[in-house]
Amino acid sequence: MSDFQIKKSPTVYDAIVVGSGAGGGMAAYVLAHAGQKVLMLEAGQNFDPRLDSHQLKWPWESPRRGAGTVRPFGDFDASYGGWELEGEPYTQKNKSEFEWFRSRMLGGRTNHWGRISLRMGPDDFKPKDGLTDAWPITYADVKPFYDKVDRMIGIYGTAEGLENEPDGIFMKPPKPRLNELFIKKGAEKAGVKVITGRGSVLTEALPNNNDRAPCFYCGQCGRSCKVYGDFSSSSCLVNPAVKTGNLTVITDAMVREVITDKDGTAKGVSYVNRKDLQEYQVNGKLVILGASACESARILLNSKSTSHPNGLANSSGVVGKYLHDSTGASVSGFLPQLMDRKRYNEDGLGSVHIYSPWWLDNRKLNFPRGYHIEYWGGMGMPAYGFGGGVAQMNGMVPGRDGKMKEAGGYGKSLKDDYRRFYGTGVGMAGRGTAIARESNYCEIDPNTVDKYGIPVLRFNYKWDKDEILQAKHMQETFLSIMKEMGAVVTSEIQGADTNYGLLNPGKIIHEVGTIRMGDDPKKSALNKYCQAHDCKNLFVVDAGPFVQQGDKNATWTIMALSMRTAEYILAQKKKQNI
Amino acid sequence: MNRRDSLKALGLTAISTTILLDACKQPETKTEAAAPEESAKEAGREQWEIDRDKKLKAETFFTKHEMATITVLADIIIPKDDVSGSASDAKVPEFIEFIVKDIPEHQVPMRGGLKWLDVYCFNKFQKPFVEASEDQQISIVDEIAYPKKARPEMQAGVTFFNRMRNLTASGFYTTEIGVKDIGYVGNAPNQWAGVPADVLKQYGMENVKV
Repeated sequence: MSDFQIKKSPTVYDAIVVGSGAGGGMAAYVLAHAGQKVLMLEAGQNFDPRLDSHQLKWPWESPRRGAGTVRPFGDFDASYGGWELEGEPYTQKNKSEFEWFRSRMLGGRTNHWGRISLRMGPDDFKPKDGLTDAWPITYADVKPFYDKVDRMIGIYGTAEGLENEPDGIFMKPPKPRLNELFIKKGAEKAGVKVITGRGSVLTEALPNNNDRAPCFYCGQCGRSCKVYGDFSSSSCLVNPAVKTGNLTVITDAMVREVITDKDGTAKGVSYVNRKDLQEYQVNGKLVILGASACESARILLNSKSTSHPNGLANSSGVVGKYLHDSTGASVSGFLPQLMDRKRYNEDGLGSVHIYSPWWLDNRKLNFPRGYHIEYWGGMGMPAYGFGGGVAQMNGMVPGRDGKMKEAGGYGKSLKDDYRRFYGTGVGMAGRGTAIARESNYCEIDPNTVDKYGIPVLRFNYKWDKDEILQAKHMQETFLSIMKEMGAVVTSEIQGADTNYGLLNPGKIIHEVGTIRMGDDPKKSALNKYCQAHDCKNLFVVDAGPFVQQGDKNATWTIMALSMRTAEYILAQKKKQNI
Repeated sequence: MNRRDSLKALGLTAISTTILLDACKQPETKTEAAAPEESAKEAGREQWEIDRDKKLKAETFFTKHEMATITVLADIIIPKDDVSGSASDAKVPEFIEFIVKDIPEHQVPMRGGLKWLDVYCFNKFQKPFVEASEDQQISIVDEIAYPKKARPEMQAGVTFFNRMRNLTASGFYTTEIGVKDIGYVGNAPNQWAGVPADVLKQYGMENVKV
């Protein structure tokens, strides 16, 4: 231990960005292109989809045939990470079961996400029901940035003119698959609107961009894309920012805390290198956190000093509070009409071809807000688990001879059944608004550190009646759609004993809200530009600043807000305010 | 990169991943330094994953007798037919040997289930399962392959056979033989133009629009 030292770099960057995902990537992109000298710290290792993606591999190229043993979404999924990381624990309070997904890699969780790219609408920013706090900004404030993100990154979809599902600047959408036509018909009979999906996948060439090629329809966005046909922060933001010559990236840099001066301003960041386990300190005129809602909250809470005894940007005490993740529940089954179907390539693209935006009026319902529905099914690439349901399904419908047969079996007749049922699968899942509550939070566990000696997060999260009744409504809706499309349900029917299939918080990986913005410094950590009330040269650009999410996936809003913050920083620098 | 270049880079047909990786290497892209101790580095894999796979592959879980029983069962579940080969043609037993090491929850139920099968067979025919005649083997399988009509005292066998059937299907349909059999024709660069016209007509979906 005698040679213990902290390696301090003499360089002072214009800005230090912590995290390389959607938020950190966008901030670095904008600042580096404006000539700012930026240092990015990423806790994980380097990752470039062009070199590291498992796109177009066959199941036999994995010894576990794509099973999710080491990667939760399967062996070919892009993510270096999961809900559990070796040596990086988190703890729970009051029997909470919050699950925290982390990707330790350049680009973070944007490498493997579903690319579903929805704007939050006017009612999401300014709720009409008064149940949750309004954002300090409106849809109109964010719209120009959504527009710029659309043009810069590329998104497909269709203009629908729905008030709270604002249209974007869309590329042509993918055509629906066969099972999606059945869904469309069945859902309409059940009174559920189905429209074209919206996703950040290039269905056309992106103007003025020579680095990215259009989608070639392998349906494998989750593995990340070798031709950069979809959005990953690594391929679309960080790499181009590095090319400006203004962005330096340090990987394997696990940030410990933000260092502040005597007057309380941020002056740098300390981190531990995951490979050599040495301690480092880097200096910047600004610090921008984009480490993810929970990780950024952790860094702030761990950054205690005499001027910030409660943790940085936390004089209000709200950091860590109001944590919320989307609700999620699902139903699956099969379409007997599709048995013995003709084979052709229907991989399509790897985001959603169709979805159902929230379609009901809450005044007539027993829960607030709502959910959107995502659908799946069809002739996918076989992987571990293939055919698992066939030995039940073959007892549910008549065989080739028109007679019912006994479920189960073996031999040539079972082999025939695997062929008959292939491609008949169909399912749907809801992704809904969870209410931001002060009582759902993460905090520092005083008793536990990770393997780098950094105090870890402890979660306290409980679903409330609002979310449980929403899940109940999802189940009823899904069963009704399944019935109207003539599908047979094979998933278990969920009741009150399982909260209607409502997944644990954190499972949907849309956690937001831990470093909320607001006009009142007593009730919020950040102002409406994501600048800390207590520390003018500190900004947060991930999903931490969200006051209340809608049922929309967070990524597009993270990027729009990050771009807005980065432009605000440039403007303030010009005025010499920071 | 425009679409033509990217498809060229990907190789239009018969893609092998090594070709793909080489073709996609851009001169300006930094590759991981090939330090000697990292020679086993595989693109897109964390070192701990590579090390773990190596370790699992070096271990042996099933005994010769257990493997022989698994092979007989797998070929009863998926035999050769007019379309494709059998489970053992597709090396399903080798897959099962790997997967129980990869997912250890399979180990006790598989080992115990195989033992249950041998004991049951021995009591009935005075032979372990692999030494019983084909008819005798099938008569036992018939007692455990249909969960709803199986006698209650056969439940342990039913549970084991369900697992064995699932692992066999997983192992078979994820091989070249199995993928060809099932008729999956994707995993290749293409242009998705929607459901083919004859299929739309077959299901009366010509007028359904999203």
